Amino acid sequence: MFGKRVQQSLTRTRHSYFGRIRGLLARGEVNEALWQELEELLIQADVGVGTTVALIEALRERVDKEGLRQARAVREMLKDDLKRVVTFSESPRCREDGLWVILVVGVNGSGKTTSIAKLARYYQDKGRKVLLAAADTFRAAAIDQLKIWGQRLGVDVVAHQPGGDPGAVIYDAIEAGQARDAEVLIIDTAGRLHTKYNLMEELKKLRRVAAGRVPEAPQEVILVLDATTGQNALTQAKYFQEAVEVTGVFVAKLDGTAKGGIVFAIAKELGIPIQYVGTGERLEDLAEFDAEEFVEGLFAES
Amino acid sequence: MFESLTERLQGVFKKLARKGKLREQDVDEALREVRLALLEADVNYQVVKRFVGRVRERAVGVEVMKSLNPAQQVVKIVHGELTTMLGQPGRLDLSGPSPHTIMLVGLQGSGKTTTAAKLALHLRQEGQRPLLVATDTRRPAAMAQLEVLGRELEIPVYGEEGGSPVAICAQALERARKGAYSVAILDTQGRLHIDQKLMGELVEMKDRVSPDEVLLVADAMTGQDAVRLAQEFHQQVGLTGLILTKIDGDARGGAALSIRAVSGVPIKFLGTGEKPSALEAFHPDRLASRILGMGDILTLIERAEASFEEEEARRVEEKLRTATFDLEDFRQQLQQVKRMGPLSQLMEMIPGFASLSRQLPQEVTDQQMKKIEAIINSMTSEERRNPRIIGGSRKRRIARGSGTTIQEVNQLLGQFRQMQKLMKRLTFGRVDISSIFGT
Repeated sequence: MFGKRVQQSLTRTRHSYFGRIRGLLARGEVNEALWQELEELLIQADVGVGTTVALIEALRERVDKEGLRQARAVREMLKDDLKRVVTFSESPRCREDGLWVILVVGVNGSGKTTSIAKLARYYQDKGRKVLLAAADTFRAAAIDQLKIWGQRLGVDVVAHQPGGDPGAVIYDAIEAGQARDAEVLIIDTAGRLHTKYNLMEELKKLRRVAAGRVPEAPQEVILVLDATTGQNALTQAKYFQEAVEVTGVFVAKLDGTAKGGIVFAIAKELGIPIQYVGTGERLEDLAEFDAEEFVEGLFAES
Repeated sequence: MFESLTERLQGVFKKLARKGKLREQDVDEALREVRLALLEADVNYQVVKRFVGRVRERAVGVEVMKSLNPAQQVVKIVHGELTTMLGQPGRLDLSGPSPHTIMLVGLQGSGKTTTAAKLALHLRQEGQRPLLVATDTRRPAAMAQLEVLGRELEIPVYGEEGGSPVAICAQALERARKGAYSVAILDTQGRLHIDQKLMGELVEMKDRVSPDEVLLVADAMTGQDAVRLAQEFHQQVGLTGLILTKIDGDARGGAALSIRAVSGVPIKFLGTGEKPSALEAFHPDRLASRILGMGDILTLIERAEASFEEEEARRVEEKLRTATFDLEDFRQQLQQVKRMGPLSQLMEMIPGFASLSRQLPQEVTDQQMKKIEAIINSMTSEERRNPRIIGGSRKRRIARGSGTTIQEVNQLLGQFRQMQKLMKRLTFGRVDISSIFGT
């Protein structure tokens, strides 16, 4: 079921650059022009210069060593390499006992609040009792936005006044979560550019507040990235990782891009697991990221 | 994260003759680096190709100027061409009868609502009477968001729960006319450029209100997709300008060049922060420097101005200009500098410092800053005003007082002298190109 949605959200990507890569590597022989074109296509898919060059170098080496001539063989190798890049050992999984705390972070407009609503729905579908914390006390009406989602989902939202201390919200939310026997607490934070020193320091503090209440909390720190973002996504991920130890990436708005290659750059250069993808505007448009499925989706026929 | 273009080109040209004409093969070699720099800045691939072709035409056979080396010469040409391509900053065209209408369009999360409020504030400062119009009935609390912003700025907001966005627009215009507002700013729902239904709705809105301006609000961090995005919005709705948001991050903003190249519409404003006042004019030369990763001393100064008290900033600028900036000033500024972001990142913006800052991990630089503060705090005010009087015994005392070593005190004093020299080389307000590109 998830598979189909990922397939659909990758339609545009598949029809543009990765589709052209598939076409390029469908027939004929390996030559210089082919490598050149492959490089161009990967860069245009937002894979990034560094990752593209590394991928192609590895491919060329193997092709030379094994004396391969057919473009088709390169395609299979590329698929394998791409899969390897986005394959990770198990990411943290929600346990049965205690309160599982998920801190959701990202730059402004990346899609945090919507992604949180989707995550809440995802855990509800798994039969978990979910609680939301409105720790974005900064942006106008952010609290209202989360509350509306809460109502639609039938999930409680712990919130303070706009302009309040986000740390206090988290403190209260954890307390409420424990008192109400919630199993999953998802914390919405204010969008912040990773270059804003003070705001990143605040995020570290929020992390500490959570840890102060539940020793291993937050068990997950999810970075929400907009799939249409270019190479800056790498810098974003790096700064957020340094500040709050990101455990996984939620790629939002995947349906809106013809690229999506940034996923590979992040996985390769920073080693942060891609965990979820947002595949549309509806609440249920969330998929767990699966390397096999993602790469096959990119290269699938039609 | 990225090497600056100048540094890379220096590497390319190291092997080559320093003077004479730029030869074809030198230029090609250099343009490979230019191409990579632009791609890393998210400029669209096709746009890069076209651009590099144009630069090549201009660069081959050009005489290297006396004051520059070949790398600097190429950078100068690239920078000039990029500046030209980015175009002159556009102004809002609000001629004709009022109320005028401005429509903001764009993807989800690009910053339309925040920009609407900023634009309203800007227009009010220009003597207009703005009315904000919330037409996003779909995203939860979108209307509430605009209302909150409007309340803070004391600018009225028109909105209705439910009803079609097209109908809301029509009613809002009626309200604007009756209320003698001079300009209505329509905040629209974020939509994907591939969403035919929602794009159709936008066209309908446009037909209904015939806006004076249709501005695409685009995130400076947008990747290779920027071209498609701009094409679709431009073809379907007809844009009159672009506002690039979140430029206060560290994205190089190559998307601006892509959008400009495919749509031809001028860049009208830059969104530079979360505050309603953070809307700025666009300077093609600065954005060009940024896209090329050449450091952006002007932005640095502006950021400094934003963090510092305005009067204080003027004083500091004066001091920097006349190179009478002393350790006392330095100490006072350290606190405020901290507000501007981590030191390593600030250093990235200073030409020639970029490579240095990369060698230093962030903690080290910030540790270093604490040490520097301690050393300066252990000086008498006379020593701060006039560091030249600091001799051996004073150094010993300062080192003891700050828990550092004499070497560290020496190092700071040396660095401070270096800094004063650098300050002298920079002409503020107008960047002297040769000093910036110098090694």
